[in-house]
Amino acid sequence: MTTQAKPEEVSAGSGGTPFLSVRDLSVRFSTEDGVVRAVDNLSFDVAPGSTLGIVGESGSGKSVTNLAVLGLHNPDRTEITGSIKLDGQELVGASNRELEKLRGRKMSMIFQDPLTALSPFHTIGRQIGETYRKHTGASKKEARDRAIEMLTRVGIPQPTSRVDDYPHQFSGGMRQRAMIAMSLVCDPKLVIADEPTTALDVTVQAQILDLLKDLQQEMGTAIILITHDLGVVARTAQDIMVMYAGRAVERGTVREVLKAPQHPYTWGLLSSMPSLTGDVNVPLKPVRGTPPSLINLPSGCPFHPRCDFREEVIGGGCTSERPPLSPATGHAAACHLKQVQRQDIFIDQIKPRLG
Amino acid sequence: MSNELTLKPASPAVGPGDPLLSITGLKKHFPVMDGFLFKRQVGAVHAVDGVDLEVFPSESVGLVGESGCGKSTTGRLVTRLLEPTGGEIRYAGQDITHASRKELAPIRSEIQMIFQDPYSSLNPRHTVGSIIGAPMEINGINPKGGVQRRVQELLETVGLNPEHYNRFPHEFSGGQRQRIGVARALSLSPKLIVADEPVSALDVSIQAQVVNLLQELQRELGIAFLFIAHDLSVVRHFSQRVAVMYLGKIVEIADRKSLYESPRHPYTHALLSAVPEADPDDDRERIRLTGDVPSPLNPPSGCRFRTRCWKAQEKCASEEPPLVQLSGNAAGHLTACHFPEDAAPAAVPAQRAEV
Amino acid sequence: MLRFLVRRTLGALVILLIVSMITYALFFAIPADPARLYCGKTCTPENLALIRHDMGFDHAWPVQYWNWLSTIFTGGTFNNVHCAAPCFGYSFAKQELVGGILLNRFPTTLSLTIGSAVIFLIVGIGTGMLAAHKQGKATDKIASSVSLLASSMQIYVAGPLALWALCYSTDLLDLPTYVPFTDNPIGWAGGLLVPWIVLSLIWTANYTRMTRSSMVEQLSEDYVRTARAKGMSGTSVFMRYAWRGAMGTIVTVFGIDLGVLLGGAIITETTFSLQGLGELAIHSFRDSDLSLLVGITVVAATLIVFFNIIVDAAYALIDPRIRLA
Repeated sequence: MTTQAKPEEVSAGSGGTPFLSVRDLSVRFSTEDGVVRAVDNLSFDVAPGSTLGIVGESGSGKSVTNLAVLGLHNPDRTEITGSIKLDGQELVGASNRELEKLRGRKMSMIFQDPLTALSPFHTIGRQIGETYRKHTGASKKEARDRAIEMLTRVGIPQPTSRVDDYPHQFSGGMRQRAMIAMSLVCDPKLVIADEPTTALDVTVQAQILDLLKDLQQEMGTAIILITHDLGVVARTAQDIMVMYAGRAVERGTVREVLKAPQHPYTWGLLSSMPSLTGDVNVPLKPVRGTPPSLINLPSGCPFHPRCDFREEVIGGGCTSERPPLSPATGHAAACHLKQVQRQDIFIDQIKPRLG
Repeated sequence: MSNELTLKPASPAVGPGDPLLSITGLKKHFPVMDGFLFKRQVGAVHAVDGVDLEVFPSESVGLVGESGCGKSTTGRLVTRLLEPTGGEIRYAGQDITHASRKELAPIRSEIQMIFQDPYSSLNPRHTVGSIIGAPMEINGINPKGGVQRRVQELLETVGLNPEHYNRFPHEFSGGQRQRIGVARALSLSPKLIVADEPVSALDVSIQAQVVNLLQELQRELGIAFLFIAHDLSVVRHFSQRVAVMYLGKIVEIADRKSLYESPRHPYTHALLSAVPEADPDDDRERIRLTGDVPSPLNPPSGCRFRTRCWKAQEKCASEEPPLVQLSGNAAGHLTACHFPEDAAPAAVPAQRAEV
Repeated sequence: MLRFLVRRTLGALVILLIVSMITYALFFAIPADPARLYCGKTCTPENLALIRHDMGFDHAWPVQYWNWLSTIFTGGTFNNVHCAAPCFGYSFAKQELVGGILLNRFPTTLSLTIGSAVIFLIVGIGTGMLAAHKQGKATDKIASSVSLLASSMQIYVAGPLALWALCYSTDLLDLPTYVPFTDNPIGWAGGLLVPWIVLSLIWTANYTRMTRSSMVEQLSEDYVRTARAKGMSGTSVFMRYAWRGAMGTIVTVFGIDLGVLLGGAIITETTFSLQGLGELAIHSFRDSDLSLLVGITVVAATLIVFFNIIVDAAYALIDPRIRLA
């Protein structure tokens, strides 16, 4: 908890006082094989009413970060350091009681697979109403009415009868709508959506993303959208943070990061994705190798074993020194390449490959 | 992958211009049983309901659609993991629709399958060597230089260290496991590989590695692919021809250029417009389908897409549209729709000029 | 639900019919002649034939089975004793109606089973939940080791040991006896306390371990995490979500165990010299007492089938995804 004095420093570019401000967050799990550094010195902000897309592959620490925000890690096996401030309130080290009051009311979460994330034993209405009762002290009747109201808002047909259905009686898309209704029932100011559409079909995904956007405009909720799909971020978020091996490697607005990406890993992500318009005769250019073990991270820049451009770094340093995310504000990348070099490489070598 | 491909190209025993695989009117109905004292069939899930498809030697045909459309079932019918309810499957001119185990034996080695989940499709108790070598042993094939030599060759072909043939699947990452799955499929020099969502369980950067590997194999060994996937971009990248399935039927099939640039079926349009592209300037017209895919237990009469189609009229409910070449379509571009979209404007602009 | 109950009851009747038939068939497969047992030392062939006729053994077994079956509904008279429907026959060894004997013995076995089941369910599930709650801590480790030790006990070891420790050498508790509950509830509980303790000791351990593992499994389920993410308190997550999920497993296993427990009554009752169905089964087999043997088998089978129906119905109540059909 060292950098609480400079909250504006790492603003993600949307301006204003952030609703969520994470500083130097580290999350470590002790396991039999060693200490897993799941998140390492991560800082970011989320402005009220805005959407931050956190992009990364499995093991990048994107989900761990957000479970830490909600305080859902098992404290016996997890060491969390740094600072997480929600609307000015420090969450790292907060008691379970305090966190329980915030969860579901000020911040809530939408999980990836609504089939497993909703209780199979309780009706949809009860699961939505329960949150409402817990935080507002409403009666059973009021909670049920509120649940029906929320189901209506998320576009569930015949909400008055479907409120008594169990999750298995809903289709995948409907279940995710119900999940969204549940997360928004207390008008939280921050919603963390962890791969909310990954388990869904593409046409249903489009419906759900639209719904999230509409509800955000209506209610002024800030959203953290965790995803591996740059397309989903492009459609929904204002800001992007790209994570690799528990750290932020690039950050900026959607336009900045997708139109002029600066980090070799972001380049790798973009050129490994086939597009609907790209040249089919050009083979995809995957990031070589595999993601590193979080127990035994590579020295210096954790991406260096997979990086195609580390020969071009003047004076080396990739294997010895960890590059900071710089500049401190605006579009930033954690890479030893000079900014001019990155621009040139992107324009000359990367951009032509992208569809 | 710069590995020298050491396998001899497959040479199917079919005349030039003849399809390697030809399926007509293929049906698979899963019976639904119920009853008071004695179970009897009360209905059927029409998983695949009259599919016509041809795969030519060395060609990759993509099969896309949302979950429950029957694409995976089709794959399993082709490999005869499931017994068809109706229709006909011909491989290299030979009717294998209801072929017995014995009759299938010589063909089994020519049609192989790659599965979606690299975690559950490899036996954790067997070494990689015995997993890849098993098909050879089962089929009593003794390659020159012995099975082990061949296994090592295959490992090299798929970009794995040949010395790792004694390791167990859990010692490999997801992407590497999928390579093992590919090596197993290659072990008998197949002429047709049915790949059921081979990359959808993998991270983006790894996905591209596997797609490139498959593409290389297809080109160099002349293996035909039936490539089943829900990701339209990946399918476009990998397949020369693409078929779109909806509720057990093919609604549109064409070469990829024709299908992606001038789709005629409203469902294809909707599907394409729902794919999020990693481009903040993506201003394609979005078609929002409402509701979910109807139950295959009781599919809608006439055109199955009519319940979600914005163009549906009475004719669509009463008359099933045939899969035919519409005027203005390229040869081989077949569409099953009474009121198709115009031929000219595409949901995807043909090759955007600048990114 | 009604449809389910009717369907399953009909199914149960078919099972009971088959079970009783198999018992008959098996009985006649063994080379024993019950009539000879009652004929005495000076047995003339005429006498033997007479006795055989009286006992109904002079027919082929399917005919005898049919007679037995029809007597259930029509009633009959044996040795001048009238047996009203539902009549389960007459025990020539005990010179009594089978129905009467069963009614007499059944409460002992039931008290033994139900009593210990109640104890081991409460203690076992309670300890298991505690262990799951304090996962990895001292409480958990102690509970887990103790239950491992206890579950390796067998009734024929633990039983005499307990009798010696609690009754013979210390006089702490009464020797096991059966006093009908309706006569004296305290005496009933006191008389069965030692077997209850021993049975519970052995069975509690299984339930501790099972409850712990299924609670731990449930606690790592996604929906439990969701409940916590909604702000539900630790207790309500534990009781309302995780416990609800764990219950299904426990009920299923309990259904199977009840059968095992009843089957084990033979050993338990012998160990504690209690006059229940188990002890009766041994006697009836020794005496080649067919009608009693069939009676006991049918009662045991009925109980097991009945418990199974209850378990399936309970499972459907716990998990709405299960459809009764």
